[in-house]
Amino acid sequence: MAGHISPKSTYYAVFAVLMVGTAITVAVAFVNLGSFNFPVAIGIAITKATLVILFFMHARYSSRLTKLFVGTAFFFLAILLGLTMTDVLSRGLKTYPGGAGGSGYGVRAPLATGGAAGAPREGAH
Amino acid sequence: MSDSLASHAGSHGAHAAHHPDLQHHFDTLDQQHEAATLGMWLFLITEVLFFGGLFLAYMLYRVWYPVAWAEASRELDIVLGAFNTAVLIGSSLTMAFAVRSAQTGKQRATVVWILLTMALGLVFLIVKYFEYKEKFEHHHVPGPNFVFEGPQAGPAQIYFSLYFLMTGLHATHMIIGFFIMAVVAWMAHKKRFSPDWYTPVEISGLYWHFVDIVWIFLFPLLYLVDRAGHFA
Repeated sequence: MAGHISPKSTYYAVFAVLMVGTAITVAVAFVNLGSFNFPVAIGIAITKATLVILFFMHARYSSRLTKLFVGTAFFFLAILLGLTMTDVLSRGLKTYPGGAGGSGYGVRAPLATGGAAGAPREGAH
Repeated sequence: MSDSLASHAGSHGAHAAHHPDLQHHFDTLDQQHEAATLGMWLFLITEVLFFGGLFLAYMLYRVWYPVAWAEASRELDIVLGAFNTAVLIGSSLTMAFAVRSAQTGKQRATVVWILLTMALGLVFLIVKYFEYKEKFEHHHVPGPNFVFEGPQAGPAQIYFSLYFLMTGLHATHMIIGFFIMAVVAWMAHKKRFSPDWYTPVEISGLYWHFVDIVWIFLFPLLYLVDRAGHFA
């Protein structure tokens, strides 16, 4: 039962890419990309995580059943985050002309900040 | 090894001789290894969703309070955060080498790589201690003594609650991992592993790498994403 033995060079290469990725994500954080800062940061993190899973955790050399299990974790995570966020982000959308749902696009927070605009309370719209 | 194999087989009476590390309910060492790997991944699925709940809470409140998120995240020390990220990635490298040493039958090297992994884990936790200490000194710990200047005090407290929950749960995993590594290092020291059987090294390695992955996401989300100041 030897399993797959990766050459040391593979591990050093993955380590180098992870460190470069960390440096890039720190550098990019100080550049104002507007609404792209968040997707870029998450994209780099997903890339780094994928490398760790494939090479350090040997998922690349695992059985198909193990690969299915790995995929299952992220499938359910995607459901958890994806369905909840699409719900929350679309709550402020206008559903029909003149209808309920406020004016156009917006996200309403349950807690007031600064009291300037007034807090939308439960059942306010 | 051949004596222990013979005496082990002898103690089982009619049983055929088999590898001493092969449990009776498995046919082969490969099958046993596969089952152990699969079981660990099953546990890691539950861990992904455990942390996933906190990441979801983070996402929701970030969408609701982007200004507070930007202001509060700037209170974190980006140098310490980046340093700890490098330390954890380094510990994943030493862990990968620990598994590789076990696979190739180098027991002494396995012990050394695991001890290095533990040392890096300890460095991470010490840095985290100083970060937490600084938060207490600045009254950034949620509760009656929480202080945050400006109109964002309320949601900033939510940010710091999530900061402590997420990094605290992560640090708890690090501490547990540290003790698991201590046990595995002791087993390697006692020459329990061979290229035929090194499952504990591989399995604890999966756990260690998972904890590293959690930090790979925590670092940009908590320390970095709102640095550029497009909300300010």
